[in-house]
Amino acid sequence: MINRSLFLKLLSAAIVFSAWEIAGRVPVSYAFPTFLESMSALASIVFDGSIFVAYAETLKPLVLGVSISAFFGIGLGLWIGLSARFEWLFGPIFIVMQAAPLAALIPILVMVYGIGLTSKVFVVCIMAMPVIVLNTASAVRNTPASIKDMAKSFMASDREVLTKIIVPAASPVIFSGLRLGVSAGFIGAILSELKITPTGVGDIISFSRSIADYPTMYAAIFSIILLAVVFLNLLEVLENYLFEGNNRGYVSD
Amino acid sequence: MKTICSKGTTVVMSQINPASLKEARPFADIAVSVRNVSKNYGDVQALKDLSLDFPRGELTSLLGPSGCGKTTLLKIIAGLLPQSSGTIEVDGKTVTSPGPDRAFVFQDFALLPWANVMRNVAFGLELRGVAKSEREAIAEKYIREVGLAGFELKFPHQLSGGMRQRVGLARALSVDAQVLLLDEPFSAVDEQTRRKFQEDMLELVANEKKTFIFVTHSIEEAVYVSDQIAILLPRPSRVSEIIRPTSFRGKGVENIRRDPEYLDIVDEIWASLRSYVE
Repeated sequence: MINRSLFLKLLSAAIVFSAWEIAGRVPVSYAFPTFLESMSALASIVFDGSIFVAYAETLKPLVLGVSISAFFGIGLGLWIGLSARFEWLFGPIFIVMQAAPLAALIPILVMVYGIGLTSKVFVVCIMAMPVIVLNTASAVRNTPASIKDMAKSFMASDREVLTKIIVPAASPVIFSGLRLGVSAGFIGAILSELKITPTGVGDIISFSRSIADYPTMYAAIFSIILLAVVFLNLLEVLENYLFEGNNRGYVSD
Repeated sequence: MKTICSKGTTVVMSQINPASLKEARPFADIAVSVRNVSKNYGDVQALKDLSLDFPRGELTSLLGPSGCGKTTLLKIIAGLLPQSSGTIEVDGKTVTSPGPDRAFVFQDFALLPWANVMRNVAFGLELRGVAKSEREAIAEKYIREVGLAGFELKFPHQLSGGMRQRVGLARALSVDAQVLLLDEPFSAVDEQTRRKFQEDMLELVANEKKTFIFVTHSIEEAVYVSDQIAILLPRPSRVSEIIRPTSFRGKGVENIRRDPEYLDIVDEIWASLRSYVE
């Protein structure tokens, strides 16, 4: 089974890369390099080390922003999910944040926080936090009533109901919120480097575009996607490790 | 005052008040006593001034048409729902919240999907702060007792409906509460498993020296497993009759369903309930 799913994943990747290669060779556009050209550009920026220097810069706002969003997002989400009053107070803020067009807000952030790290962390948080908060809150609200009753009938304290019932029961949806939040955080990190100040991977993208070095530009974009996919898979491994029986859904289904 | 008198035995009175119940069974040792309990949901009166005694070591069924408040009453006894007025006494002490003297078995099993059978069975003990090795030893014993030995490390989704309810039962037994509250425990399992469960139930009542309060909507099931059947009528809910089958209990599980008294009681109950079923 595992081999079969691995095989299908590899097959899917092979189809996408072949399509890319063919589209590059046609060519669809002169600004669109082939897959192999992009890969060799990737290899060269890996070997000259410039991509690592770039990631050291890009990962700062990304890791900081995603950690802040995960920590406070899950905390706020739990609170909002548990208390109706708190939901009325904070729910609308995150719904507005989720709907707001971020690119339009960036000039305001720059005016307030300057062009440094703070603004970039804010951009990542604005992208990542709402989906984490809203998913966590709705997961908490939808905890099956019967397992909460069960815990109470065996004399669980409120704290135990939260840690032993609500959090594990909500974890699949919390984790799916985290996955969405992390991918949104990646978008935010790159967006901030393209829109605020060109640093890190955003710098590679905008610089190589300005000198028409398209293979390098695509290599940088590809490396971001690759990193995001690896990170999301790690998150899934963590989830399965923490809550083993959960990946098969609820018993009462 | 309505009286059912079928062959050889039974039964009893309408709108029970505690005094007349004591009169009827002067020597009964009462484990759980419900006194004048009412429950309102906003304007809707779910239970009205309901009083009922549950003798120790016996199985009492709460039977009635749907919407008659039997699960509400059970949850009030469990301390999961607050009553609007009246008191619940367990062993003469008034209770208002869940306690170590009562354990609940749920209709939908209420198992933790992320925990294996061992942790699910030991969960009641875990919440009571029993050390891991000790609670697993106790859980092990009850897992064997309900016939799930070898399934300790399986997860709920890997078990059949019947096996899941055995896990729920083992969890309730392992905390060693003297009162077991069962909320339609067999309604979500198939007919054959259900019959086996009913036979096991009789054995359990005989062996465990616990008081069982059993909610069901099946007349046959109530008559088959009960020492005492309380018929609840709806809107607002009250006890209309208490029936105590007597003659077929000692005749062996395979003879109960063709015993004349069993058949008569089933018919009588249906006759009194049919007008309430839409």
